[in-house]
Amino acid sequence: MQVEKFSYDNNIVRMFANATIVWGVTGMLVGLLVAFQFIFPALNFNLEYTTFGRIRPLHTNAVIFAFVGNGIFAGVYYSLQRLLKTRMYSDLLSKINFWGWQLIILSAVITLPMGYTTSKEYAELEWPIDIAIALIWVVFGWNMFATILKRRERHLYVAVWFYIATFVTVAVLHIVNSFELPISFMKSYSWYAGVQDALVQWWYGHNAVAFFLTTPYLGLMYYFVPKAANRPVFSYRLSIIHFWALIFLYIWAGPHHLLYTSLPDWAQSLGVVFSIMLIAPSWGGMINGLLTLRGAWDKVRDSAVLKFFVVAITAYGMSTFEGPMLSLKNVNAIAHFTDWIVAHVHVGALGWNGFLTFGMLYFLFPLLFRTKLYSEKMANFHFWIGTLGILFYAIPLYWAGFTQSQMWNDFTNDGFLQYPNFLETVTNIIPMYAYRAVGGTLYFTGVIVMVVNLVLTAKKGSFQANEEAEAPALAPVYKKHKGEHWHRWIERKPTQLLIGSLIVILIGGVIEMVPTFLVKSNVPTIESVKPYTPLELHGRDIYIAEGCNNCHSQMVRPFRSETERYGEYSKAGEFVYDHPFLWGSKRTGPDLAREGTAKLRKPNSWHFKHMYDPRSVSPGSIMPAYPWLLDQDYDTSMTPKMIEAMITLGVPYEEDYPQRANEDVMEQANEVAEDMRETLEEEGFEVAPERKIVALIAYLQRLGVDIEKGKTAEK
Amino acid sequence: MLKFIKHTMETIVGVEIFPIISFLIFFIFFVGLFVWVAKMQKSEIAEVAQLPLDDEGEENLIN
Repeated sequence: MQVEKFSYDNNIVRMFANATIVWGVTGMLVGLLVAFQFIFPALNFNLEYTTFGRIRPLHTNAVIFAFVGNGIFAGVYYSLQRLLKTRMYSDLLSKINFWGWQLIILSAVITLPMGYTTSKEYAELEWPIDIAIALIWVVFGWNMFATILKRRERHLYVAVWFYIATFVTVAVLHIVNSFELPISFMKSYSWYAGVQDALVQWWYGHNAVAFFLTTPYLGLMYYFVPKAANRPVFSYRLSIIHFWALIFLYIWAGPHHLLYTSLPDWAQSLGVVFSIMLIAPSWGGMINGLLTLRGAWDKVRDSAVLKFFVVAITAYGMSTFEGPMLSLKNVNAIAHFTDWIVAHVHVGALGWNGFLTFGMLYFLFPLLFRTKLYSEKMANFHFWIGTLGILFYAIPLYWAGFTQSQMWNDFTNDGFLQYPNFLETVTNIIPMYAYRAVGGTLYFTGVIVMVVNLVLTAKKGSFQANEEAEAPALAPVYKKHKGEHWHRWIERKPTQLLIGSLIVILIGGVIEMVPTFLVKSNVPTIESVKPYTPLELHGRDIYIAEGCNNCHSQMVRPFRSETERYGEYSKAGEFVYDHPFLWGSKRTGPDLAREGTAKLRKPNSWHFKHMYDPRSVSPGSIMPAYPWLLDQDYDTSMTPKMIEAMITLGVPYEEDYPQRANEDVMEQANEVAEDMRETLEEEGFEVAPERKIVALIAYLQRLGVDIEKGKTAEK
Repeated sequence: MLKFIKHTMETIVGVEIFPIISFLIFFIFFVGLFVWVAKMQKSEIAEVAQLPLDDEGEENLIN
């Protein structure tokens, strides 16, 4: 057979590897800033662009889509070419993939601090950027598939299946979750409302973890770990089962993010069952990765790369055991809304994704620059300080989460809440936040050492953009040999593999979502729940833009400790006009679902002063100040468009209401302003009805009111 | 909780067969997967598992 000469494109790998490093440093630096904001609220700088609510999404997006995203592309572009013995299909598509992805990240870096957000976690970017993501993702898939089709190796190694499943599933998740109705260039409303929006969002959110942070990295694990250990994977059989079981089970697990919420019980239960089953394939994968080192553990002592891989895989094992445990309703009741979840996520992010990426970079740089690593000692230092950083990050937060949860649930002997003031449960754990920030700093120090090491490695070596290679051409017709394993048929057929994985991942999503959307009884309507007034809608948009949902939930769970603290538990029918839903996932501050009810209602002037300087009314609070809300106006020219959009989405406003809405805005705004004018002007504040603060107060005072009205009417 | 499941299911026409079909599809798929994986020949496995290591010219650079 004729041997063909060709070359591997190392340039694209180097570009993505560099981007991984640059964005990794950026994203983690922003992470450090938000960690320190918990201890020193002054670090919010009293600026709208740097408050926690806007910067936290920047941190999560930067580390997930910029750091890990570029890491995926670097690893895939390196391993795919070599596993298929061919150059990438098109250098141009590779470049479009690279620059398109960087532009998307840049637009996120600009728009998120400006307050352009959909509020949906890990899907915060607004609609024009969503479209760009879809297009660039298709370019990546196109390039990958075309490369697979012109390959010189008949069989698709297991890593490639993981890449294919990643491409297919991320495309489906992103498109379905991004259904939104634009009302202006950078503002849209989610197509779904309330419970349905929550279900779609967490089907997406959970599978962003599954198919962006896990499956592509498992692919990288199956390539780079055998490579670094110089021996084949422990069990190729296990990898086949690992793959199919993992992608089938993962897609069902989303509802475990919504346990004890207003999501119908049957959907919650499905989520729990599949989450528990997930232990099996996850641990299968972990064991497969670790046992690849069988008989080579001595190498771990000498190789920083292998050390990083071992801890990465161990962290994967720990978080995939913890995840199913957290999906048990009784454990979830304790952990949900607390820092426990943040700790859990970071064992995965810092350990699994971070360390696997670092290992991969230490492995790739010497190869790309044709030299040895500048300093193995520095790499080892990075490894140890990074590991220490993870421990210092996670352990205090486990402690904090558990402590705070217990404080929320504590009753006195007389049956009253032991800590009725939420703030007390926050100030109690601030030392733990300080330890966490120390952990983050240690981890970040390691990353900086890595950057220096890799830069010096690059300087020492000489980069080879095109690496020569040769391989026999693929015979056009393949003769099946007798008794061949059926799975090898799939391994030869990338398109079948793509369709197979698409079917497998679609089933779970369809079964969970269709009934929730179509069957009315799943979201029982509540008579007293009415659409928001236009001023409240403006307030809601401000709530979203400021990212209040990053720290405040709007979901009272049906526990005595919560109904005692907040009031009536939340019901599905309350949220039918909520585009998007704002249930939140973390309570750094108290729940707000009942903020306007008699039990919790505060004077308008209290909210005004609280937003201006939280510590003036709540000493010890760590909430950022929002002074600009007192100076900026909400945009009344948008009111008709907002109402029109809501009508399109099925909210029952009268047909001619968009034109009349602004009259109601002024009337309600005047009411709110007049109510607090006297008190505030005495203290030297200026009160004007067109300011953002007025709309926000109107919205906050509305929360929970409808349910309360319903209760009074019943009586 | 049961009434939710019951009602949800009842309101889809011909739904009785859905869970059985989907269960069967996946049961058969995964049983098939296990059986065939168990029956795979060692030589085949070794060949495919060796793919990442086929690359020449790298080893001398790895520490």
